[in-house]
This record gives sequence, structure tokens and C-alpha cells, in this order.
Amino acid sequence: MTTTSLSRTARTATRRRRDWRGWAFVAPFMLVFVAMIIAPVAYALYLSFFREQLIGGNMFAGFSNYVDVFQDAKFWESFGRVALFLVVQVPIMLTLSLIAALALDSARLHGARFFRIAIFLPYAVPGVVAALIWGFIYGDQFGLTASINNLLGAHILKPFSASWVLPSIGNIVTWEFMGYNMLIFYAALKVVPSELYEAAEIDGAGQLRTVSSIKIPALRGAIVIATVFSIIGSVQLFNEPNLLKTLAPNVISSYFTPNMYAYNLSFAGQQFNYAATVAIVMGVITAVIAYIVQARGSRQEDF
Amino acid sequence: MTTIDRATDQEVAATPRAKAHRRGRKQRKSVVLTIVMVIFTIYSAVPLVWLIINATKDQANLFSSFGLWFGNGFDLFGNITRTFTYDNGIFLHWFANTLLYVVVGGGGATLLATLGGYGLAKYRFPGRRAVFAVVLGAVAIPGTALAVPTFLLFSQIGLTNTPWAVILPSLISPFGLYLVWTFATDAVPTELLEAARLDGAGEFRTFFTIALPLLAPGIVTVLLFAIVATWNNYFLPLIMLSDPTWYPLTVGLSQWSAQASGVGAQPIFNLVITGSLLTIVPIVIAFLFLQRYWQSGLAAGSVKQ
Repeated sequence: MTTTSLSRTARTATRRRRDWRGWAFVAPFMLVFVAMIIAPVAYALYLSFFREQLIGGNMFAGFSNYVDVFQDAKFWESFGRVALFLVVQVPIMLTLSLIAALALDSARLHGARFFRIAIFLPYAVPGVVAALIWGFIYGDQFGLTASINNLLGAHILKPFSASWVLPSIGNIVTWEFMGYNMLIFYAALKVVPSELYEAAEIDGAGQLRTVSSIKIPALRGAIVIATVFSIIGSVQLFNEPNLLKTLAPNVISSYFTPNMYAYNLSFAGQQFNYAATVAIVMGVITAVIAYIVQARGSRQEDF
Repeated sequence: MTTIDRATDQEVAATPRAKAHRRGRKQRKSVVLTIVMVIFTIYSAVPLVWLIINATKDQANLFSSFGLWFGNGFDLFGNITRTFTYDNGIFLHWFANTLLYVVVGGGGATLLATLGGYGLAKYRFPGRRAVFAVVLGAVAIPGTALAVPTFLLFSQIGLTNTPWAVILPSLISPFGLYLVWTFATDAVPTELLEAARLDGAGEFRTFFTIALPLLAPGIVTVLLFAIVATWNNYFLPLIMLSDPTWYPLTVGLSQWSAQASGVGAQPIFNLVITGSLLTIVPIVIAFLFLQRYWQSGLAAGSVKQ
């Protein structure tokens, strides 16, 4: 509370004379920021309005690249895939994380500390290594899938078949980030004022009632943030499918996700202008979805 | 008290049990909840256990033995030796590259975020709001949307296929800046800074002698996030680098994996597995030793929006 009043006095003090000293600290960051974030975005925008042609070279193309993207069946197929992925995977993962966080916070666990670390640990594993490990486990030659199939005496588990490959990827992503989101929720639960629990207890609320009327509402902000980050992550899906592609080349196409599509357009097809347009369209769609989720989440907070 | 402080304090002072005591509730331990968490733990641990077990097998045993149990013979040290010596010790190269990217990229990102976050928190300068809006807006830009245009820009100035192509983009951590900003706002009292100025200390001297020690916990958190981000970086080096001698571990391992499967495959699955294990060991150790900072960083990220 003191900080707000202090900053107010600081602000009135600076209004008298323009104070540029802060820039000495912020300038290094901003210089690199402009070079590494602003410049590439501007360049991508520039690229998206041009087109490389056999005759005439680099030509201004207006919105025609954008029109092409919106009529591109491959783009929409890849977009549909990540949309399906995020609609199914994100709620499952966050529900599991929520259950784990509530269990940690319940004070009714044996060895809560151990569970907290063990479940969080997969987050430390690089996405590449996670995809490699699970790729081996899914494998038909060795790995657990082969062992289980041998045990059952039939070819029942097929993680790399066309209908199962998306859930297989979803499992890898869930494995990587379940513990991370659990800790986000757990950290948010930790700062719930204990007077709220005391009040609930005086009112005779049981465990479940406390969860539904105190803990879940207290978590709303954390849930919104976790959802937004998970959505951004899902839309950008690249590492896992790109690595599994060597194991399941017939099932995972070069345009399996929008990111793989943009990547292959530029590095296999040299279609840099079109790849930049795909990247911009995906960036805008992501930002819009993230904004809607956040706006909806915070509006509910007012009730 | 700040959100960050509160989270860490409780973390240290109060285990859930102690908290329940303070609330005056007597909690019986729940078997059902414990079983649920055991299932979660098994799910989290099985792939890592699989990795450790299979790093002890040679190529032949990988194919002939059950995945979750040891094969004939214990070949872990042989595998480690082979991983480090294969292809003239390229793995060691990748390890050194990763360290370079982590130290310069992650360290640089932490330095820039610390200076910037402190400047934003403790000075009111023209353009401050604009800086803030632009940086926060950048968090929503998908990293991969930037990668292709960054590659094209870098190739025009001849930076691709050099370490700079990996290091320069990883110097920016908007989340780190935000974290230091929220942390510095509360952890560094403005009166202290004013007192130092009255004593005649310059702005940078004030920063280094007064603010930096107070910011230390926040900086360690930012550093940890930056280390993990650069250690795990895959997409950026994948597109920027074509010369394997500049690869980090992630790109190198994925290349080995591609070599081990597909047409004309080489029998190096054991190297991919052992290499994966060696890749995660340092980062897992860093996690276990610095847990407290993770907790406080996550708390700041989730609560202070």
C-alpha cells in the first residue's frame, strides 16, 4: 500500500522536470527488443505484401497472399487440427492439474512435498527429449507399446495410427505441462487469506463446499492465465509432431500444424512470402483467441 | 508485503500441515487423495524411469528386453563413453554449445531484464507507458511467427549459421522484464534510493550497491527461467544453424534420432537414449536445488496479472 502513495509522490516530483534517467536502464533492453521483435514483425508484414515471381522478380502483391491463405485447404486442415487439439487437450490437462493442486493444498496428503516435486519434474525435460522418450515408448520395435502388445498377444495399441497420433501428441504435451500448471494453481491457492477458510468453517462448510465456494473462485485468475498460455502453446505446436514425423512419416504430414506448414513452406519450398503470411495470420488468430479468453475470464470475475 | 514474498514466506514457514494447524482444523490424512497423487506421480515418472533403465542397455538389448526392466548386462558407462566419442566427440561439442547459449543468451537476457525491470519500476520517464504496452503486447506474439522473418533478416546480414543467430533472439525475455518490474516495485524501497542519492551516489552506483542485493531473489528466478528456455531451445537453432558443430544438444539429439530411424538407419538408438539422459541431468539438478525460486516465480506469474 505504501508503494502506491510513494510512486504518486515520485510521479508529481518528475512532472516538474522531465526525468530521462530511467532510459539508461531500459535502453539496452529496448534496443535488443526493437532489433529482435519489432524488426522481424515489420519485416514479416512487408514480406506478406510482396510476391516472388519468375518474371519481374519481387512484386507488390497487395492482399493476395492473405486471400490465398484463406482459400488454402492445407492451412485450414492444419488449423482445424490444432483447434481440435486445444479444445480437447487443454481442458483435460488443466483439470488434472487442478485436481493435483487441490490435493496438494488440502493438507490431507502423505508426502505432499514429494508429490509436488515428482509431478513438476517433467517440465524440466526439454520438449525435444520428451518427444524422443515418448516416441520410443510408443514405438513398435521396442518400448512399452510393443511390450504391452506382446503381452496381450495382439496389435491393440497403435499410437502412430492416423486416428491415434493426435491423442499420442496430446499425451506428451499433458505430461510436460501438467505439473507446471499444477504449481501455478497451487501457488495461487497459497495466497488465499486464511480468514476466508475460518469464516467458511464457522459457517459449517465441509471440504467440498470450501473447494467449490472458496478455492475455485480464488483460482479464477490463475485458470485464465494458464488457459491463455496453454492455448498459445497449442496453436504453436511444432516440436512434438516434427520429431514424431521421423517415426510416423505417413501419418504426420508436412502441414500437420500451421507452424510445421510455415516451416516447411520456407525451408523446403522457399516460399518465404507465403510462409510469412501464414505466420502473421496465425499470430493474429492466436492473439484474438487469447484476448477473448482473457476478457471472458475477467468479466466472470465481477459476478 | 508483496505477492512474491508472501508465497515464498509461506513456502518456507508453513507446510500444508502447519497451515491447517494454524487454522485450527485437524485434518485426517486421506487415502483416496494419496492414491490419486500416486497415480499422477507414476504417470510423471514412468518415462523418466524408462529413460534411465534403457540408458543401461546396448543396442541389441534394447530390442530384446522388456522396456521397464534391465537387460543382460549393465552398459550405462559404455553408453556414456560411446555417446561422448561417437563421430569424433560431436556430443561434447553440442554440450559446450548449449552451455555457451545458456550462459551468454540466458545470462544476457537476465541482465537486460533486470536493468529494464528496475528502470521501469523506479523511474518515471517519458515513454514509460509506451515501453510497457509494447513489451506486454509482445508476449502474445507466437515465438515461431517471429522465427521465419528473423531467419530471413539474419541471412541478409550474414548472421545465420553463427552462434549469434541463436544468442541474439534469446536475449529478450518479456516475462523476465515483467517479473523484475513487479518484484522491484515492492522489494526496493524508494526511500533507500533517495537516501543513497542524497549521499551523492550516482544512479548506477545506487543500483549496484542498494538495489541489486534486494533484487537478488527475483533475479535468480528470472535467471532460472532464462536458463531453462535457452537449454530447451529447439526451433530457433533448428532453422538458424546448418553446421552441426554449432548445434545445441536438442537439435543434435533430434538429428541422431533421425539417423537412427528411417532409410539407411544407423544403430545408434542407445546413443539417442543416453544422450537424452545426459541432456536432462544438469537441468533436473538445477531444478531440485533451486525449487524455492521456481515457486516464487510461478506465484508472481499466476497471481499478479
